Amino acid sequence: MKAPRFDYVRPDRLETAIAFLAEHGDEAQVIAGGQSLVPMLAFRLAAPRFLVDIGRIPGLRCFAIDADGIRLGALTRWRDIERNDELPRAHPLLVEATRHIAHYQIRNRGTVGGSLAHADPAAEMPGIVLTCEAEIVVAGRSGQRIVPACDFFTGALMTVLRPDELIVEVRLPRWRSGRRWAFREFARRSGDFALAGISVFYDIENGRALNAHIGAIGVAETPVRLPAAEAALNGKPITEPVIRAAGAAAFESVDPADDIHAPGDYRRALLRVLTERAVASAAGLALKGSA
Amino acid sequence: MSNREKVRFKVNGKTYETAVEPRTTLADCLRHDLKLTGTHVGCEHGVCGACTVIVDGLAARSCLIFAVQADGVEITTVEGLSEGDSLSPLQAAFRKHHALQCGFCTAGILMTAHSLLTEEPDADAGRIREVLSGNICRCTGYVQIVEALLDARAAYKMSREAER
Repeated sequence: MKAPRFDYVRPDRLETAIAFLAEHGDEAQVIAGGQSLVPMLAFRLAAPRFLVDIGRIPGLRCFAIDADGIRLGALTRWRDIERNDELPRAHPLLVEATRHIAHYQIRNRGTVGGSLAHADPAAEMPGIVLTCEAEIVVAGRSGQRIVPACDFFTGALMTVLRPDELIVEVRLPRWRSGRRWAFREFARRSGDFALAGISVFYDIENGRALNAHIGAIGVAETPVRLPAAEAALNGKPITEPVIRAAGAAAFESVDPADDIHAPGDYRRALLRVLTERAVASAAGLALKGSA
Repeated sequence: MSNREKVRFKVNGKTYETAVEPRTTLADCLRHDLKLTGTHVGCEHGVCGACTVIVDGLAARSCLIFAVQADGVEITTVEGLSEGDSLSPLQAAFRKHHALQCGFCTAGILMTAHSLLTEEPDADAGRIREVLSGNICRCTGYVQIVEALLDARAAYKMSREAER
């Protein structure tokens, strides 16, 4: 249906946007690419008095790759990530996850900051920032603060962002070369939100995995890290029994609720399979009985 | 309550100026204010792709953009694909391959295809299918649509080479 009535403002500077939010934050909603917010408005799940369009604030659609890692401006669009020549080497996991985000038309407009602020528990980018221990830079009336991704998401569609704050940048730590990694998700139709998804990476030393990071989407109110599955990999050469142990640990780590898209047990079983496939793929192994 | 906002943008090369309620989607603005009814509205929440238009060179769902956000941009709609009454090579390929039945989704699919093939004239069938997943067609089963796009690639390659 049609969105409820609102007034529209389009500040041309970050300071102006923050000043407006400081005054009207409770009644204002920030819009960037709008690819999550406009459907919320169409369903009337959101009815702000003001829409604050930050889409044309200069300097927020940019990224930088340096020795510390990657910095993505909040208005960076998915297509910017997909089409960058350096990122497949600088952060292959980010690029692969981005390819799974929604559809072509949505990736042309949707933004990094928008996805994080929207905080859909099944969205790819929140899972990536959590798994990669990214930092989220937010700006508000009292200046900037840096929020570790593990502290950012507080519930389904909920974050620690205050009414006067908006995301300006995401910082992903440097990607070590030689790192093993994989991203897997399953959705009933291409482009839909995943019923479950998993991102995995680890480094290799003397044939053993270390520094394993595993995070899941679509199986809880927020994206989640799976420390038990990580522990199943750390210190071991990646073999089939290790992969099965990581899958079992992932299965035991989550307890998704039933909803109209899938029963909780289905998501959990799916997470086990996706974890096994992702770790096997990262290790370059083929598992029996898995595609 | 909400005031009407002035917006001005180019559609198919022609500048339009109108005043809209901020909650008016670009799709509704095109259809109701500009009377460009070639753009169809299906789901109104960004899943069906029927309303796809090209905004500053990129395919986008016009139901997920408010007209006020489009102030100053350049838009191409299905009316802008061909000149006069002759079909564009893409449209001709759709006709040749019978890539539509009821036609409701066709305008959106044409705009997605035009955006894709302009940017990636070498797109293979896998890439075409992946991109078409953003447009729902309930009649054709997509096979002829994919064939039409594959066929139309040659024209996009030629026009790209002509630009060089």
